[in-house]
Formats: sequence, C-alpha cells, structure tokens
Amino acid sequence: MLHALVAESWLTFHWSDFLSNFWNATFDGLTFGAIYALVALGYTLVYGVLNLINFAHSEVFIAGAYAVIFTLSGLGFGPSPPTLSPIAIIGDLLVALLAGALTSAIVALLVERIAYKPLRARNAPRLVFLITAIGMSFVIQYAFFLWRGAVAEPSVTMYQDKAIFIVFGSTIYLSQLIIVGAAVLMMVGIDQLIRRTRIGRGIRAVAQDPDTATLMGVNRERIIMTTFVIGGALAGAAALFYVMKVPQGVIYNGGFILGIKAFTAAVLGGIGNIRGALLGGLLLGMIGNYGAYLLGDAQWIDVVSFIVLVLVLMVRPDGILGSNLGKVRA
Amino acid sequence: MSRILKGAAAFAALSLSVAGCANSSNGGSGGGGAGASGLKTLAAQDKIDAPSDAVKPAGDGKAKCAGTTTIAFIGAQTGPNAQLGINEYNGIQLAINEHNKGNSGCQVQFKKFDTEGDPAKATGPVTQAVGDKNIIGVVGLPFSGESKATNKIFEQAGLVHITASATNPTLSKQGYKTFFRGLGNDNVQGPAVKTLADKLGAKKVFVVQDDSDYGIGLAGTATKALGGMVAGSDKVTTGQKDFSSTVQKIISSKADAVFYSGYYAEGAPLDSQLVGKGFKGAFIGPDGVKDPEFIKQAGSAASNAYFTCPCIPGDLIPSFASAYKGVANGQAPGTYSVEAYDAATILLTGIDKGNTTRAKLLDFVKNYNGAGLSKNYKWDATGELSDLAVYGYKADGKNIVSVGKL
Amino acid sequence: MTSPIEDVAASQAHADEQAEETRKPTRFAGLQRWWNGLARPQQWLVLGLVAVLLYALPLLNPPLLTTPGYDFPIVLCDMARFALVALGLNVVVGQAGLLDLGYIGFFAVGSYVAALWTSTDSTMVKIPYLATLPLAMIVTGFVGVVLGLPTLRLRGDYLAIVTLGFGEIIRLLATIIPALKGNTGFQNIGSPPGAWNGKPVFTITNGTPWFWLFLTVIIVVTLLLGNLERSRVGRAWIAIREDEDAAEVMGVPTFKFKLWAFTIGAAIGGLSGALFAGQIGFVNNQKFDVATSMLFIAAVVMGGAGNKFGAMIGGAIVAYLPYRFGFIADKKYLIFGVVLVMLMIFRPQGLFGARNHLLAYGRSIKRQAARLRRDARGDAALKEGA
Repeated sequence: MLHALVAESWLTFHWSDFLSNFWNATFDGLTFGAIYALVALGYTLVYGVLNLINFAHSEVFIAGAYAVIFTLSGLGFGPSPPTLSPIAIIGDLLVALLAGALTSAIVALLVERIAYKPLRARNAPRLVFLITAIGMSFVIQYAFFLWRGAVAEPSVTMYQDKAIFIVFGSTIYLSQLIIVGAAVLMMVGIDQLIRRTRIGRGIRAVAQDPDTATLMGVNRERIIMTTFVIGGALAGAAALFYVMKVPQGVIYNGGFILGIKAFTAAVLGGIGNIRGALLGGLLLGMIGNYGAYLLGDAQWIDVVSFIVLVLVLMVRPDGILGSNLGKVRA
Repeated sequence: MSRILKGAAAFAALSLSVAGCANSSNGGSGGGGAGASGLKTLAAQDKIDAPSDAVKPAGDGKAKCAGTTTIAFIGAQTGPNAQLGINEYNGIQLAINEHNKGNSGCQVQFKKFDTEGDPAKATGPVTQAVGDKNIIGVVGLPFSGESKATNKIFEQAGLVHITASATNPTLSKQGYKTFFRGLGNDNVQGPAVKTLADKLGAKKVFVVQDDSDYGIGLAGTATKALGGMVAGSDKVTTGQKDFSSTVQKIISSKADAVFYSGYYAEGAPLDSQLVGKGFKGAFIGPDGVKDPEFIKQAGSAASNAYFTCPCIPGDLIPSFASAYKGVANGQAPGTYSVEAYDAATILLTGIDKGNTTRAKLLDFVKNYNGAGLSKNYKWDATGELSDLAVYGYKADGKNIVSVGKL
Repeated sequence: MTSPIEDVAASQAHADEQAEETRKPTRFAGLQRWWNGLARPQQWLVLGLVAVLLYALPLLNPPLLTTPGYDFPIVLCDMARFALVALGLNVVVGQAGLLDLGYIGFFAVGSYVAALWTSTDSTMVKIPYLATLPLAMIVTGFVGVVLGLPTLRLRGDYLAIVTLGFGEIIRLLATIIPALKGNTGFQNIGSPPGAWNGKPVFTITNGTPWFWLFLTVIIVVTLLLGNLERSRVGRAWIAIREDEDAAEVMGVPTFKFKLWAFTIGAAIGGLSGALFAGQIGFVNNQKFDVATSMLFIAAVVMGGAGNKFGAMIGGAIVAYLPYRFGFIADKKYLIFGVVLVMLMIFRPQGLFGARNHLLAYGRSIKRQAARLRRDARGDAALKEGA
C-alpha cells in the first residue's frame, strides 16, 4: 500500500524557495497570525473562566465581519478605493470597528445566555456544553446562509494599500503595519486589563477557583458575561482587520476555518493563557506560510498547521506557554 | 495624521522604485512593479445576433404527444452550488413554456431532481428519475463529479441526457452511449487560454489550480497548450482566503498573466490580493470564474480580468434575455442558461417529431444536426460536439462582456 | 480548574438529575417500561419482528415514509450508513465519553481502503470487495491506535481539537497525495458478488440489497457491542465517562480502555466508510469535511449518547429528514442546530436516554432485591400483626 502512496513524489522540499522567501513568509504570516491571535483570545478567555471551548466563537467572529462590511458599505465604501481624506477614512474605520466589536459582543453574550447559562445552572457535564456550542454554531451560520445566500458579500476597499518600506528584501505594506500594530496594541491592552484592573482581578479569581471567588464576593455570572463581551469585542475587531485583508471573506461559513485555526492557535500557545494566544496566533500564521513555500504549494498550509499542533501537544500537552489564566500574577 | 499618511505615500513611491531594483538584484522577492503592463486590451462586443436558423422549442405547433410525456432536469437546486443549477433550470423552463404554448396537442411535463451538486447525493435522484418511465429525456447533470458518479445509471436505463455544463473530458471516454455534452470540454477550453493570452500579448503565464476535479483537469490542458509560456504553478484549496504565498510566487516569477483554474470564490480574493501587491498583468479565469459574483467580490481589482468560456454570451441575444427574465423573476441569463435552453429544445424537437420513447429519443439526439441559439449541434460517437466555440470575456465595470470568439 | 471533589459533586448531581429526567413521564417512558417488563425471550421475539419489518422496508416502500425525488431504497442505505456511523461513534462519545470531532477521518480512511483495492481507477492490486470490509476495519483500527496513543493522554478538550485536526488532515492529504486522486476520485468501486437472473445483485442503482447488507452488518455489530458493553470493558468505559479520575483511582487502566474505545469506534467508522464506498460506487474527497463530522456528533447526541439504539435512531433520523422534506434541505443544519441546543437544555440525555446496565445480571439482581424488600415488608407486617 505504502509504495503506491509514495510512488509519485508528492512530498518534496523546496529549500531554496523557502529560504529566499523566508522573510516574505514571515511578514505575511504575522499579518494573518495577528488576526488569528485576536480571535484566539476569545477562545482563551472563555476557556480560562469556564473551562469550555466556545465552538460558536467562529460565528461570533463572522457576525462581526458582516457588521463591518454592512457598516462600510452604508458609509459609502465600494469596490474602488475611496477618495476621502485620510482622516475621514480613519474615522470611518473606527466606526466600522465599533460596529463589528459591538455586534460580536452582543452575539457572544446571546450565545452565553441562550446556550450556556441554562446548562451551567444545572451543572451539566462538559460534553453537553460542547454540543450546544456546536448547535449554536450551526444556528448562526445557517441563519446567515438563509439570509444572505451562499455567496460572499460584495467586497469593499477601505484605502489604497501602499508599500511602506523594505526589510530583508521584503516589502512591507501599510495594511500589514496597521493590522499587526493594532492587534498587538489590543493584546497588550487586554493583558494589562487582566493583570491590573478590578475586572481583570475578578476574571482571574473566577478562573482560579470559582467557588472561592464567589465566597469572596465576586459576582461570577457578571464576570462570565464580561468575559464573553471582551472576547466577542476582540473578535469583532479582528473582523475589521480580516475584511481589510480579505474583503471577499464575508460569507456564512467564512468564520469556520478561521475559527478552527484561531482555536488551534489558542491551544498551541496554551489555552487559557493570554500571551499564549498572541504567540500561538503569530506562530501559526508563519508556520502555515513556511509550509507553503517549503513543500511547494499552498495546499500544505492547513496540513502543516495541524501537524505542528499535534506535535507540540505531544511534547507539551499544555501548549507552549502553559495553560492557566488563573496563575497570571498581577 | 494626514501628514503622516502623505509622508507614507511619498515614501511608498520611493520604495516602489527601490523594490524594482531589489527585483533585479535578488531574484524578485520584493513586491511592487512585477509584470509587464504592456498588455493589449481587447474590445468588447456589445451584441450578438441569434442565428436566424436556430431551432425554436415551439416547432411548427402541430405536435401531438401523450400528456404524460416528461423531460427532467437533474442537478443542484439547493446548497452552495445551487446557482448554476438554477441558471440551467430556468433556461429549460423557458424552452418548455414556449413549446407548450405553441403546441396545444403536446403538453410536455417538466420534473426536477435535486443533487446539491454532490456526487454522493446524486445516485438517489438519478435512480428515481430513471425509474419514472414517463421521463424520456434529461438535461443534466451540471457538474463533472456527479456526472462521473451517475452516467452509468443513464446508460443502463437507455435514457438520453444532455449536460449543459459538465466539461471534464473523461466523461465522454467512459464509453456510454446515452451521454451527450452540449458544450466544449476542457480540452477545448485549455488551448483557448493560450489563444487569449496570445491575443493579450502575454509572454509568461503563471498557472494556479484549485483542488477540484475541474480545476485540476483544466490546469492540465491549459499547461499543455501554453507549453513554454508557463512561468510557474501553484496549487490552492477550496475555501482558502489567504493567498500571500501564491501571490509572492507569481510576482517573483515575473509573469505577465495568471491563469486561475478554479472557481470565482477563490479567484476573486486571489486577484484582489495580486493587484494589492502591485501585480500589473492580466488575470485569466475559466467559466468557473466567469460569474457576476467575481466582479462584485474582486472589486476594482477585477479590471485586469479576462475569462474563457465554452458558452455563448446569452445576455447579448436580446430576444432570449428578455424572455428569460420572464421565467427567472427578472434575473438576467446566467452562465449556461442558453446551453440548457438549447438542450431542452433538442429534446422537445425530438418529442414533437414523434420520438416519445426513450430508445427513439436517444436515437433522435444521436443523429441530430441543427442550429441552436449558441451553436450548431451535431454529436460524434462519444457524445462530444463537433463544432466547438470558446468565447473570450472580460470584466468591464460591473459587467462581464464578450470579447469575441477565441 | 475545578477541584476533583467539586467535579465529583457536579457529575453526581448531573447523574441524579438524569435519573430524575429519565423517570419523568415522557412519550417513550411507557414504551421503556413495557420493554423492561418483557422477559428475555419475548424481547428477542420483538426484536426479531422489528428486524423482519426493517428488512421488508425497501420492498414495502410505505407511502407516508417514502421520499419524493429520491429513490427510497437508496435513502434507506444512507439512513443505515448514518446509523452504523452513529453506532460506532457512540462507543467513543457515548460509552467512553471521548469527544471525537474527527470521526469523519476514519470514515474517509475506510472509504479509501475500499476504493484503492477495488476501483478500476486504482493502480493497486485488486481484491474482492467483501475482503475490503475487514481490511478497512483493520486499517482504520490501526490508524485509531496510531492517533490514540499520543492523543488519548490529553484531556478532553485537547482531544477534541486534535481529532478535528486529524479529520482535516485526512481530507487534505486525500487532496494532496496523487495516488488518492483528490477531487477526481475513484469510480467503479467493487461490490459483493452474486447474480439474479443473469444480472448482478449489487449495483449502485439498486439500494435494496445494499440496505440488507448494511442492516445485517448493523445487527452483527450491535450484538458484538452489546456483549462488550456488558463485559468488564463496558463497565470500565462507563466508569471513565462518569469520572476518569475516580476510575483511575479505583484501578481501572483508563488509558488502555480509552484506546480500546477509540480503536473499536474507528474500526466501525472504517467499516461504514467501506460499505458507503461500495454502495455509491464513487469516492472522492468531497464528503469528508468537518461539518459532516459535526453532523455525526449531532446524530449520536440527538438519539441519546450512550444508548446504542438511541444513537442509531438518531443517525437514521438525521439522514432521513432532508430527503423526506426536500424543502428543509437548505435549512437542515439550522434545524439540527436548534434541535441540538433545545435538546441539550431540556432533555440532555437525548431522545432515548442511556440506562446503564452496569451489571451483567442487573435485571435478576433487581428482581431479587425487590423480593427481599417485599419479604422484609411482609415480615414487618407480620410482626406488626403479632
């Protein structure tokens, strides 16, 4: 059997391609990785607090993407780059960001209230949570399918992308700087929020020991809602960057693959660990791209990502940075 | 903030030229000014006339047949692949309406069966249709995969079926006598890619294929036809959205045209990411990319897009376009609407001539020779047409317009 | 992380509640009571009658059940396929409590085994189709062990993502590896031998013999699994599902039994994949996506994870509904989604909840206990009277 499967050489290493495109792969990978990381944060926060994989998070993300694209086309953005002043564009983008974040946060909260809270009240086993999550994921996805059909939304161009400078022979574009910069900024913000604020302390307390936290006067339900809102808002923000990069991606099942990859990123970095989500996201973005060059074609991107995940988990079952939100020190 | 952006823009212009230099020195790993922009533009055709001798579904209006005589459409009507099926379904519905209106003595029934375009689902509806003895002719199936999985069933039942859109060349090589293809296959479309590239003045073409049977087959024939013009190749997957590595390879290869062998859902983001990284060449797609959705999704990037299609520009035949809108809730004819209309017309003509059994209708189609709206129909022994035309198209603003026969 | 004691308390509370819910008067409660009241031979007789009825189904083609636009026997085959898949997945998810989101991967491997060794498009040595069924089970079982060895040491959630990744890897490798022919696929997959009036019995258009084959396989697998469940293995699985830590402490080699469940589940998945390949006669990479995997899970949970009959019925229903009600084809995932959420909230044990027969002679022990109680009451009454 094996000889037939390897008879045609489908596995060849293209080292020279890989090396000559190493920096291109890295910078392109960082851009998508930043988006993965933002979405991964939603998984990680919820996991940290509830020990639950929120499978519907990919649909929280795509709801935000719909909001972003509707807002932008409502503001008059179309297929061609707008002829607005940069300040007006930035203003409009902020509006879209807000719309995306708000929509995603609301959807995330709805998922929590409808699908998880009744189960939590009953102390259902974790498998049951996962299955309602899958159920909610189906519901949201196919609600969009019935509403918007099987085609992607018409794309919008937010601004004329520009080459900014060259590093290691690789051209860096404005969009890359915006996405990576904004994403990292948000990640640092969330990290600080968790470490330094009252809300963050509450989240950490619930993650560490929900019962003791409740005894100490933390309102567990409120913390859980806050967590879903923060995770949702970040997914909505990620949706803006995603639409910026792939304006054709707003389709009913468009969140699914991205969600799987973001979740993979969260697990890779150590689920429940905020810095892990950032690291995992960026790494996953780069690894996929390296695979595409090294193994010769873009069909390898996802295979390589998943194989790396399995390998990492075998060596470090808790992910690269370990997996406890509660252990974060203030 | 605006000053910063302006500064960035000026810097960008500078770095573009730097990138150009980098290209020549290190094998072109930089972005920017790749590709020769010296391609020609092809002029659009605004109208084509329906052939005056085209056979009409209504015939002479004197046909007699049993009220149970039925033709069927089998193909996707729900699911993500539904649009192509709906285009064809409406074309057939139009032909049947015209026929039944003109022939009060022969009211042909029309039944449709849904496959969702899925090979695993297709055997059920096809078996059901084959089991209905009133069905004596079928238009379908639209996709190559499902056709491959079910052609044998038609053969065993001796039921004639004309596909209006399945283009995989192997379908006619299965040795089945009931299979007829109402359009050119990928072996015809592949060489047309080279013709189009030549017309555009492209010297080097980069071939990207998706993972579909259609994309793989077409990339094969196109690569063969292009020969030495192929600048490189890459493979992508259905559903992929991030094409940065593919874009980088294309720009590094200095190709002045890209042939994307697949469907618009991936073609549109690929084209827009290419243009976003400064690709100046042409983007060529086959009939799977030639879709109004491509223009909507690729946005302004679509202005570099050309298409090949073994299909006639149906919306350019004014009489057909207006009649079609009547059955399709105001929608304009889509890809393969005309081909399906023609296929149904042939079956209806056979019925009008008294071929009201499966065996007779099969025999009729086998020996058919007549003009349709899109082309002359005469099949060889394997069920392929002998006269095959591939048309070139281009994106023009919000529309796809024909640039003439290739 | 929650403390172990809290976990125990939680699962105990849940178990109590489930027991409570099972006792609630539901539509099926009467049926269940009647069933449990029957003696073993009577139960066999009823099952036999049901089996006969099922075998006759494609020939009867009952007017209300029949599917407009789809060939009914072929629809039955699809239902049987889903039932078999649900049966196998139930071992993994329902019995051992392992969340396997990549079950479609095993199904795909089974399909490809049948395709590679029987299709005219394959360059491999050809073997008779029926021989590919055990071969598919062996190969997928082996794949299950290879995948299970490193991953079953992971806790549940990680297992979910790793299996999900595995399912995707299989589908993507089928695309990438030329010998697996990606979307082009394999035609003319073999079928069991046999002719009737000079025509082959097993063809892709005649669903009836395939349905009978599916049904026979399901019955055999059900009997084998039933025996397994009532053995030490089955008890170990339930212990693991209910509380892995406690099971480990009590001396159950949890890893070994999880691996067993995973492997057996995988083998059944492969078997159904191989049967599917033969019945459809065509295999390509198109139907092995994550969404179908999720649909499998939905089927098991809807029917009732842990109850093999429930899971099978769930599988059959999930496959049947879109065929019967063509207008829901577009809405099926939406409807399944709503049903899943509602079920989990209002009836978490599924349509047919699991009742754990932890003891092989549970029934007779119960009877004995009841008699003892009665006797005790009788004694007490006697004493009171005295």
